[in-house]
Amino acid sequence: MSQNIDDIKPSYPLFRDDDYKESLARKRALFEECHPQEKIDEVFKWTTTEEYQELNFKREALTIDPAKACQPLGAVLCALGFEKTLPYVHGSQGCTAYFRTYFNRHFKEPIACVSDSMTEDAAVFGGQKNMIAGLANARALYKPDMIAVSSTCMAEVIGDDLNGFIGNAKNAGSLPEDFPTPFAHTPSFVGSHTAGWDNMLEGILRYFTLNHMEDKEAGSNGKLNIVPGFETYLGNFRVIKRMLNEMGVDHSLLSDPSEVLDTPADGEYRMYAGGTTQDEIKDAPNAIDTLLLQPWQSDKTKKYVKNTWHHKASEINIPMGLAWTDEFLMQVSALTGKPIPASLEKERGRLVDMMTDSHTWLHGKKYALWGDPDFVMGMSRFLMELGAEPTHVLCNNARKRWRKAMEKMLEESPYGRNAKVYAGKDLWHMRSLVFTDKPDFMIGNSYGKFIQRDTLAKGKEYEVPLVRIGFPIFDRHHLHRMTTLGYEGAMYILTTLVNAVLERLDQETMILGVTDYNYDLIR
Amino acid sequence: MATRQCAIYGKGGIGKSTTTQNLVAAMAEIGKKVMIVGCDPKSDSTRLMLHAKVQNTIMEMAAEAGSIEDLELEDVLKVGYGNVKCVESGGPEPGVGCAGRGVITAINFLEEEGAYDEDLDFVFYDVLGDVVCGGFAMPIRENKAQEIYIVVSGEMMAMYAANNISKGILKYAKSGSVRLAGLICNSRNTDKELELVEALAEKLGTRMIHFIPRDNAVQRAEIRRMTCIEYDPKAKQSDEYRQLAQKIIDNKNQVIPTPITMDELEGLLMEFGILEEEDESIVGRTAEEEVAAGGA
Repeated sequence: MSQNIDDIKPSYPLFRDDDYKESLARKRALFEECHPQEKIDEVFKWTTTEEYQELNFKREALTIDPAKACQPLGAVLCALGFEKTLPYVHGSQGCTAYFRTYFNRHFKEPIACVSDSMTEDAAVFGGQKNMIAGLANARALYKPDMIAVSSTCMAEVIGDDLNGFIGNAKNAGSLPEDFPTPFAHTPSFVGSHTAGWDNMLEGILRYFTLNHMEDKEAGSNGKLNIVPGFETYLGNFRVIKRMLNEMGVDHSLLSDPSEVLDTPADGEYRMYAGGTTQDEIKDAPNAIDTLLLQPWQSDKTKKYVKNTWHHKASEINIPMGLAWTDEFLMQVSALTGKPIPASLEKERGRLVDMMTDSHTWLHGKKYALWGDPDFVMGMSRFLMELGAEPTHVLCNNARKRWRKAMEKMLEESPYGRNAKVYAGKDLWHMRSLVFTDKPDFMIGNSYGKFIQRDTLAKGKEYEVPLVRIGFPIFDRHHLHRMTTLGYEGAMYILTTLVNAVLERLDQETMILGVTDYNYDLIR
Repeated sequence: MATRQCAIYGKGGIGKSTTTQNLVAAMAEIGKKVMIVGCDPKSDSTRLMLHAKVQNTIMEMAAEAGSIEDLELEDVLKVGYGNVKCVESGGPEPGVGCAGRGVITAINFLEEEGAYDEDLDFVFYDVLGDVVCGGFAMPIRENKAQEIYIVVSGEMMAMYAANNISKGILKYAKSGSVRLAGLICNSRNTDKELELVEALAEKLGTRMIHFIPRDNAVQRAEIRRMTCIEYDPKAKQSDEYRQLAQKIIDNKNQVIPTPITMDELEGLLMEFGILEEEDESIVGRTAEEEVAAGGA
């Protein structure tokens, strides 16, 4: 039961040693009042049936594995995308620790984010004192150029007024009057991380431009504004910039955390790196237009840029896959008058070439997928372009209008006709669906691995492998550096999907003398 | 003209809802476009406009629909007397939940759904008597109500409440544009009421903009779930509300209030004979001690 110093074992395989197996079995038998294995098996089997699914979909008062996170988490990511900006969460400490942990598990990077630690007394008297001390301390310790304030449930329930508190903190001398302090109310019990991202961006744009519109004129700086939305693939920031640079289109990404979330290990810790500058935000109303890359999660920003900046906010879909990347580039070209260069045409050609090379393997493959509304929509669209079939399409944080738009899009393609769209459902619903109507693969975040485990538990022929595309991805490394947007992103998705098919086929055909007649060297 | 947003505060039971609905009815009568937002879990801010017992509230409908995101504006916005738009935030039963959050949720919902039409001349928030938590101060956050009216009477507790509310306004006024726009005296026929309320108004740095006399016409209209203006437009009391409405329309007097200390307030009440001078020498002395002291 002790470790051998020359052969230290981690939990797996250590707990598979006989002494541990015995000890654990004894514990189950003597103390855990465990049901007999047959009963457990029976209930497990029942949870995989149609009957259970029907009950599962009647569930009202419980969410299991929601496939979304909360508003302030999104606000923090948004704030990280601005130069020397410290995300500041007004509320309890635990929430903020959760945001930091969540992001550093995904990005494998330290995340600079502070809270003003509201406790019992602040819950009673309001958090103004915390704001007064917190803002002064945050600036003194971490020397940001901007503090972007969001809020947790606790502050929201007691009705703390961020605008008033920040103003009073400045009056009390916590910060100089002109120190940038945009804010957004981000109650966790409303909407999701995508709404929080949207609220924070609107707060930032509002802070820097609302009262400074007299000398602004849409189109005067010749640039395009790009609003990425809650985006965790760092390659996506890079590919958008690259495509626009190749087109010769001057642009501003409104939130770009691709530097601060990907800092090098060269001996110097960078609390801040890169990001959209304050000057760029101030100049943003002068752009030709503002394009929202994830329009289904950018309601507030859209309203603001339309009403205050008088931008058209031209309609686009998320530039994912072939057609919607085409559409994006053509929209950029139409707005700026700059032609799409040969380099991008060639890149497109390469993608089409790859699609034709792999289509035999992807054609007719069935996928269950989940994630944020725009991601799910873009991914479904690209799957259909590949001849694959989205079957169960689930999004917890989407509205009715999204569901209708999804259904319309799916109906228009023969590959989408069998798809069902689930808005507001969770991963426990998804678990039922992949048991009763088995797809070939699931596409989603790391939480899907538990569904894969459960399907395997029923039998190898029921197993639905998970393809990890989405957020968060905690159990694979560096996928957050990949790209899912543009032609380049489509190439990554395609490569990932087709190799998952081939990997699976190899697994099934490598049984010596049984299936290995098809265990081919060349696929 | 930009929409003017006004919030009505005052001690519980002072007649905020009745006063608000009557003055709004008077405004509607002369063609003003008005919306009433009830911010009180009792949800009685619009019943006289709608002739209804209780309007379906935003929170009630949201709970029924599953979430606030699934709610449509037309589910909760009703049109009452004089085309006045009526909404009630609603909230929990006494003793459970968080009514303050209900106010925040409701106002956010109205903003997001575009209830604040640009054509509106006035929005009135009728707010729960005691500003017990941050949620009930939601209507006076930045870019919401900028004019606060406090309904008061010559009763001691009503005046305490008015002073306390002024303290609340002061907090927000320092960092924003919310201002105290006046006291409305809803008469209880107490002694020297007019003078007392005027004196309080002066101390608070504002004015008593109107003195509404007590009149049973209001109660007669109320049992019919109507405003006085609608039930009996010729009644003398209806003219009072018309005057009040006009005074609010013309009101330019908006100040950062100067609330007074408890001692000052008690001093004021003593000056008008509402409160007796306290005899400090008897505080904390038992009967026995008093006898002993008397005997000495």
